[in-house]
Amino acid sequence: MREAHAAHEAHAALQHQFDTLEQQKEASTLGMWVFLVTEIMFFGGLFCAYLIHRRQAYEGFAEASFHLDVGLGAFNTAVLIGSSLTMALAVWAAQVGRGKACFGFLVGTIGLGTVFLGVKVVEYSHKFHEHHVPGERFHWTGAHPEAAEVFYSLYFAMTGLHALHMIAGIGVLAALLLPAWRGRYSAAYHNPVELTGLYWHFVDIVWIFLFPLLYLIGRHG
Amino acid sequence: MTIATAAPETHATPEVKSYLGSAGWDLKSWLLTRDHKRIAILYVISITLFFFLGALGALLVRLELLTPAGDMVQADTYNRLFTLHGVIMVFFFLIPSIPATLGNFLVPIMIGAKDLAFPRINLASWYLYNIAGVLVLWAILMGGVDTGWTFYTPFSTTYSNSYVTLTIVAVFINGFSSIFTGLNFIVTIHRMRAPGLTWFRLPLFIWAHYATSLIIVLGTPVVAITLALVAVERSLGIGIFDPALGGDPVLFQHLFWFYSHPAVYIMILPSMGVISELVAAFARKRVFGYHFVAFASIAIAVLGFLVWGHHMFVSGQSAYAGMVFSVLSMLVAIPSAVKVFNWTATLYQGSISRETPMLYALGFIGLFTIGGMTGVMLATMGIDVHVHDTYFVVAHFHYIMVGGAIMGYLGGLHYWWPKMTGRLYPSFWARISAILVFVGFNLTFFPQFVLGYLGMPRRYWAYPPEFQVLNVLSTAGATILGIGYLLPFTYLFWSLKYGQRASDNPWGATGLEWETTSPPPTENFLTPPVVTKDAYDYRDFDETAERRPHLAREEEEYA
Amino acid sequence: MSLHVVPRKVYYWIFAALMVGTALTVGAAFVDLSAATGIPGLNDVVMLGIAVAKAVLVVLFFMHVKYSGRLTALTVLSGVLFLVILLTITLSDYLTRGWL
Repeated sequence: MREAHAAHEAHAALQHQFDTLEQQKEASTLGMWVFLVTEIMFFGGLFCAYLIHRRQAYEGFAEASFHLDVGLGAFNTAVLIGSSLTMALAVWAAQVGRGKACFGFLVGTIGLGTVFLGVKVVEYSHKFHEHHVPGERFHWTGAHPEAAEVFYSLYFAMTGLHALHMIAGIGVLAALLLPAWRGRYSAAYHNPVELTGLYWHFVDIVWIFLFPLLYLIGRHG
Repeated sequence: MTIATAAPETHATPEVKSYLGSAGWDLKSWLLTRDHKRIAILYVISITLFFFLGALGALLVRLELLTPAGDMVQADTYNRLFTLHGVIMVFFFLIPSIPATLGNFLVPIMIGAKDLAFPRINLASWYLYNIAGVLVLWAILMGGVDTGWTFYTPFSTTYSNSYVTLTIVAVFINGFSSIFTGLNFIVTIHRMRAPGLTWFRLPLFIWAHYATSLIIVLGTPVVAITLALVAVERSLGIGIFDPALGGDPVLFQHLFWFYSHPAVYIMILPSMGVISELVAAFARKRVFGYHFVAFASIAIAVLGFLVWGHHMFVSGQSAYAGMVFSVLSMLVAIPSAVKVFNWTATLYQGSISRETPMLYALGFIGLFTIGGMTGVMLATMGIDVHVHDTYFVVAHFHYIMVGGAIMGYLGGLHYWWPKMTGRLYPSFWARISAILVFVGFNLTFFPQFVLGYLGMPRRYWAYPPEFQVLNVLSTAGATILGIGYLLPFTYLFWSLKYGQRASDNPWGATGLEWETTSPPPTENFLTPPVVTKDAYDYRDFDETAERRPHLAREEEEYA
Repeated sequence: MSLHVVPRKVYYWIFAALMVGTALTVGAAFVDLSAATGIPGLNDVVMLGIAVAKAVLVVLFFMHVKYSGRLTALTVLSGVLFLVILLTITLSDYLTRGWL
């Protein structure tokens, strides 16, 4: 009965330009990967700016980085890695047709993602109160104020762009909740969950690089 | 392609409903369409409007340059005019032109598919283009931007008093329109080819669009984030690129040109794809060295990412890096040259007819060669130091962009016009226009090589009196060129209602697109095709007039 | 391509590896590895090396690239390649400024 339901759901999902559901799956998966390549280059521009500025002003960057909270950053890294685990498990559950489990793992992923964003709000408000937000109200008491402002410009640009991507990801995850609960996903058709997973893991990878590059400069010094 | 038989000449009859009228003519069915062919037509309308806007900017620039003194507009206005010309022509015309129009229409048909992989993303691409268009028009109407299309910092971030941020938002959104198109093409070409259509049986038009799409997805995001940083810097007064605030203006140039150099290959590769098709069809011969031309497209795309520093020879970039960029830039000319040699070899001993598309193709081959050779001159760092920011550079890139890309676009538009619209255009006026374009173009831009070499700087509103004669010649040429562009706009429009109806294959050419009706039905083919032959297989075609209907028609016209 | 269901155990192991990597990164940041070993810039190398290793694990296992076809792997590698091109060639300008 469940197979028949799954087969029907799968058939209904076939778009007219494709001949088979398999072709549709291959195409949409490749499409998501090509999109992720654009995202690599999108964040890549910021990483390039970061790289060059860090080289030119290492002392100032180290001094500025020191004022980021390593504990919160590390905690957030763990949270995000955890959310990647729950995401992978959500894909697994969709593949084996376990709708309620899939729902649960999606909720877990959304939850952990929200925790991450909550911590970022806390961190951003710290920076706001310390007058480390670039612009008119920036005030630096250390030895390298220019470099510090460049550092924090890049910090907010990179983590801000990352956070925007997380918010969008949470939105997409939320859209999967109802279909998952209703058993829409199965071995025959689970691509939406799989593709959302690809996107979510990519956002995790960006943070895997952001955390050490922003939080761990010259901590040993 | 499929076995060539004496197929009956069918027209798109009411029984075979074409994509144009299948859902009625109501606006909603067009504005919410998912049909790649309709989206292509929507794009033709949009980019034509922006082309004429960009051309207006050029016209005003050339009018000012008739006299040595800056006497028509103020200096600041002049800056806004050439910026308008550049921003519109680069982002709103050249980059989308062939891919979004001919590419959108033909890619699925040429590979035997029913549509692109992601039809809704295709429609979204057109909407993003128009949203960006509205924003850039708004910026222009409010007074425009004066930074040049290159947005160099710190002028754009700190000192310019024009609508930089608004224009950047427009360009940013337009970039995503472009990315959507490229992404769609890559997935479609990989995953939706008809049975039997292996990679090396694909038309070279497809190879060209594939290579173009690779560049789009890899490069566009970088310029997007870079311009976003400029906007943020401008709004918040931070210093990523402004040296007064600890920033680095050369870093901006690296990030900007990382995309903007490959962008010129986005602009030329599709045109080269068109030329391959035209040369094969109007010499009735397979393209010489098919594999080399296919690989050359990929080589241009890849190598094109390694050469951006040749825009920065005098920026403060290290001389060592400059030398490496110089050598790499010469290397990237090689695959382009391979293509030119192969097109020429295709023509040799071909059965050549001088239809309008062929006139454009022949013009392309000559003008692109001149543009390309002057590119190698500019790649030579020692020469570039003297001619950087002069009219020599302006002439070089216009030879490629106008003498090359636009002529390819016009040639392709004329070639596939019967397929897209089901109508033939008047051959006489089309040929006149092609000749006017060629003559007008050369008169406009050849003097600019001389001007640049003699030292006239670009983006200058006034110049020493000894340069006036060449400037007057250039403006005269621009006028002729303008007429050459207005004519197709008129007769192509006219043909929609009054043009002779086209058959399935008015040129007697090979290719899956010629095996369906003109215009095609919504699902492209009545029966899904199966491919058994290589591209450009003219062996089974015989030389009778039946196989070259356009020549028979010509005899009729002049009889 | 047929469906390949990755056993959940694989995911748990990868998760554990990622957490260990994170701990190592943070720990190593507080130790001056260059002073300890005499190799300049070792902290940066270790930090980036761990990050790359973590990314590779996520790509291969969480993103299923290990179980996908050649085209997927090629797509990922192209993205990485062109990012590396952007970074290294830009950096090479700055590194060679004093050379000539």
